[in-house]
Amino acid sequence: MKQKGQIVAGCMAPHPPHLVYGENPPQNEPKSECGWETLRWAYERLRESLSEIDYDVLLVQSPHWRTQIGTHFLGCPEFKSKSVDPIFPHLFRFNYDLKVDVELARAIHDRAYEKGMITKMMENPDFRIDYGTITSLHMTRPTWDKPVVGISSVGRSAYFSMDVMQEEMIKLGEATREAIEASGKRCVLLASHSLSHRHFITEPDVPEDMSQEHIYHHGQYLWDMKMIDLMKKGDVKTIFDVMTDFTEQTISECDGGGLMWMLSAMGMPTTPAKVHGYGTVIGTGNVVAEWRAQ
Amino acid sequence: MTKAEYTDSHCANVLKGFVLPGLPHPLLKPEGRPAWQKLRQAYDKVAEEVEALSPDLILIYSTYWASILGHQIQALPNPKWTLVDDEWHDLGSIPYEFTTDVEFAKAYNEANLERGLQSRLTAYEGFPIDTGSVVCLKLLDPKNKFKSCIVSSNIYSDRAEQIILGKGARDALEKSGKKAVVISISSLSNRYSIVEPDACPDAISSKKDEEWNQKFLEFLSKGRLEDVSQLSRQFHREARVTKKVVNYKPFWWLASVMGETNAYHGEILEYQPVQGTGAAIVGLTATAQPAPDLEFDEDNVDVFQGDRNVLSGEEPATSPSFDDGAPT
Repeated sequence: MKQKGQIVAGCMAPHPPHLVYGENPPQNEPKSECGWETLRWAYERLRESLSEIDYDVLLVQSPHWRTQIGTHFLGCPEFKSKSVDPIFPHLFRFNYDLKVDVELARAIHDRAYEKGMITKMMENPDFRIDYGTITSLHMTRPTWDKPVVGISSVGRSAYFSMDVMQEEMIKLGEATREAIEASGKRCVLLASHSLSHRHFITEPDVPEDMSQEHIYHHGQYLWDMKMIDLMKKGDVKTIFDVMTDFTEQTISECDGGGLMWMLSAMGMPTTPAKVHGYGTVIGTGNVVAEWRAQ
Repeated sequence: MTKAEYTDSHCANVLKGFVLPGLPHPLLKPEGRPAWQKLRQAYDKVAEEVEALSPDLILIYSTYWASILGHQIQALPNPKWTLVDDEWHDLGSIPYEFTTDVEFAKAYNEANLERGLQSRLTAYEGFPIDTGSVVCLKLLDPKNKFKSCIVSSNIYSDRAEQIILGKGARDALEKSGKKAVVISISSLSNRYSIVEPDACPDAISSKKDEEWNQKFLEFLSKGRLEDVSQLSRQFHREARVTKKVVNYKPFWWLASVMGETNAYHGEILEYQPVQGTGAAIVGLTATAQPAPDLEFDEDNVDVFQGDRNVLSGEEPATSPSFDDGAPT
C-alpha cells in the first residue's frame, strides 16, 4: 500500500528578480556586485533548514503567471528556455531548465475541478515560465534537482474581492493537500510573493546601491511587521481575518493568493512560522518564512 | 479609403490611426467562432489599408505591455521569439520576427526625456513582447515589410503622463519627418466571462459594459476622438476590471499623437465579444470637418511636472499621484 503523502513544509518565498541578480548564478546574464543581502541570507537560512528534511517535489504558486479563466497548471514534463523580466530586463535574463511533476499537477487539477473550480493544464511546450516562479525556485533550491508543480494565480481579487479570492484559494489548498496525500509524495510549498508591494518607480543608476534601498513608507512597514508578528505567533486565523485590509492598504502581492493557498493546504497551521529574514526590494516588503508540518 | 485632410490640430505625419484588440483568437483560431472570424476579416482589411498607405513605420501603444519604471520603448533591431500567451496557451504558439525602427525609438525616447518623462529603451534578446503587439504586427504586417516601434503602458501613469507620452511621439514623428500608422492596442470593456471558453456565450460579459462600449463606438463612428479621450476616466470606472492600473489610457495617447480634436472620419470596422470582452476594430482619419458636441474640459499639458494636486494647492508632485500607491 502506498504511503500517505505529506506537505513537509510551506514557505513564503518572495520573487524579486533582484535577489537572483544579487546572487550572480551562471544562468542569469546580468551580473551584479552585491545587493539585498538581508534577503539573500534569509534564503540561505531557508535552504539550510530545508536541507534537514527529505522531500520529493516543490510546488510554487506565482502571481506573475496571471490567469483569469480559472487556475492553470504546468503540464509538460520539462521546460527549457530563457525568462526575461518585462519590468527589470536589465536585472533578470535567466536561462532555466526545469522538470515538472505532471502526475501530481494533474492530480491537483482534477481535485480542484471536482470541487467546482475552473482548471486547465498548460500543455504547450513553447510556454515560457514566469520570473516569479523561477526566482522563488532558484532561491529555494538553486541546484534545480527537484521536480516542480507550477500553479497560476487566478485574478479573483481584481475581478471581485480579496474575500472571493480567499474562498477560492482555500478550496485550491484543500485540493492540493488531498492530491499530495493520495500521491504518497513529500512536498514543499512555495508562496511566491512579497508582503507590502508599493514600488518606487525609479531606481538608482547602480541597481544594487543599497544606500538607496528602504521601505516605501512607514505605514507599509508597520503592516509588514504586524503580519510577521502573526506568523511568529502561529496566528493564522488572524492572518486570514486581516488579509483583506492588509492587501488593500499595502497594495500587497498577497492578492495573488499564494499565502492563502499554502496555509489552507497545510491545514491552517497553528505552529509558529520560522522567520528567516525580512528585507525591502525597490520599496516592497519581503519575508522569507517557513512553516513545518504539524 | 478616406483621404486625410489635416488642420493645425492634427499631426500631419500620422497617415491613419487605429484602435485594435489584442487577444490572440483572431490570429490563432479565427475559425473557432463567427465573432473571431469577423474580427480576423476586419484585421485583414486593416492590413490591406496599411499596405496601401505604405508607412515609414507602425507606431504601437500597447496596454498589454505594462511597465513600472517609467515608459519603455522597444529598441532591439530584430526581436525574434515564440510567444505563448499566459491565458490562451491552448490556442497555439506564435513565432515572430519584427523589424524595429531603432532610430525612431531613440528619437521618441529623447523626446519623452525632453518633456520631463521617465523613459528608456529596451533592447534585450528574448524580451517578452506582449501578446497585443505580437498579434497586431503578425496580422497587419505578416511579411514584416514595415518597421515598427512599440511603447509600453505604465500602470501608474495618469492622464498628464499619457498626453505627454503622445506628444513625445508626435515630436519624434515631426522631427524625423517619418509617416506613421499609429495604433492603440486595447479592448474596450475588459471583463472576461469567467466560464470555460467552450461554454462562453457570444456576448459582452455585462450589459453595462455593452452600453458603455456602444457609447464609445457611437462617438468614434462620428470621429469624436477627443470626446472619447475626455471620457476615459469615466469609462475606466464603468467598464474596466483592474485595480492596479490607474486609468484607461489608450485614447489619451492616441488623441495626443494624432491631434486632440474631434475632426476625424471614424470607421467601426468590427465589434465583437471575445470571452466576454469588447473587441473593436476602429479606424480614424484626419478630416477638416469636426464633429459637433464638443465636450473638452480637461487641461492640455506640454511638459510633465507631476499630476496636479488640486485640493491642497501644494507644489506639483514629483512622486506618483495618489493612485500610484503613494501615501495620502
